[in-house]
Amino acid sequence: MVHLSDGEKAAINAAWGKVNADEVGGEALGRLLVVYPWTQRFFDSFGDLSSASAVIGNPKVKAHGKKVIDSFSNGLKHLDNLKGTFASLSELHCDKLHVDPENFRLLGNVIVIVLAHHLGKDFTPQVQAAFQKVVTGVANALSHKYH
Amino acid sequence: MVNLTAEEKNLICSLWGKLNVEETGGEALGRLLVVYPWTQRFFDSFGNMSCPSAIMGNPKVKSHGKKVLTSFGDAIKNLDNLKGAFAKLSELHCDKLHVDPENFKLLGNVLVIVLATHFGKEFTPEMQAAWQKLVSGVANALGHKYH
Repeated sequence: MVHLSDGEKAAINAAWGKVNADEVGGEALGRLLVVYPWTQRFFDSFGDLSSASAVIGNPKVKAHGKKVIDSFSNGLKHLDNLKGTFASLSELHCDKLHVDPENFRLLGNVIVIVLAHHLGKDFTPQVQAAFQKVVTGVANALSHKYH
Repeated sequence: MVNLTAEEKNLICSLWGKLNVEETGGEALGRLLVVYPWTQRFFDSFGNMSCPSAIMGNPKVKSHGKKVLTSFGDAIKNLDNLKGAFAKLSELHCDKLHVDPENFKLLGNVLVIVLATHFGKEFTPEMQAAWQKLVSGVANALGHKYH
């Protein structure tokens, strides 16, 4: 379970309200595929991933990024029960998708970086600390059903 | 050894040329201490670190952050021999400072986040990828002499 103070929860919601979540999702997934190229193996059907610009402009990357961030946004509404919220997704990623859970930590860190990039000086140390806790909690929740 | 293409080396050097080592170093170290509070244990003599604003404004944090990032500058000049460049610092952090090498990865990631907040369009996915490789290489080099 992730422990956030009321101040941290408020900071998270305020920061999240300032960004376009869909854009953050597409950008985060795209940057994951560029910065950690082995992650492309999970997206064979996505078409052209041959260069950074191809990845970032790829419509399937953007669409899937939006799907992922919608789940993440849902997590932000259930910070007191991340494990329950992500239980089905955890089983899916283990049993069907066979994703190494280390990749959840990598994507979480990339989401933090994209937020930092979009928010600039509004991405204060306190906001960073709060989001770092959240992405860690989400990564743990997604790993929870692995066996 | 970190394998950077000529283009990645150029990207790294171009961003390095634009950043203020003192400010960036102080901010990265400060954010590390805020986001990962257990790291404060290595800096008992630094005085007031009771809250994020105290940490970020702490003159000893700023000065030590500058020292750390200046050292990072040596990495930029020795991209083909990071292990050699950081051999002594690796021994120091193991034998005298007793720092868990996991913390080098954490600081590297915080540095990437600070770059993301400071640099807008220059912080492209390719730039992020190059810097992520660099901070991983530096973290590995700093861990290399551990025993």
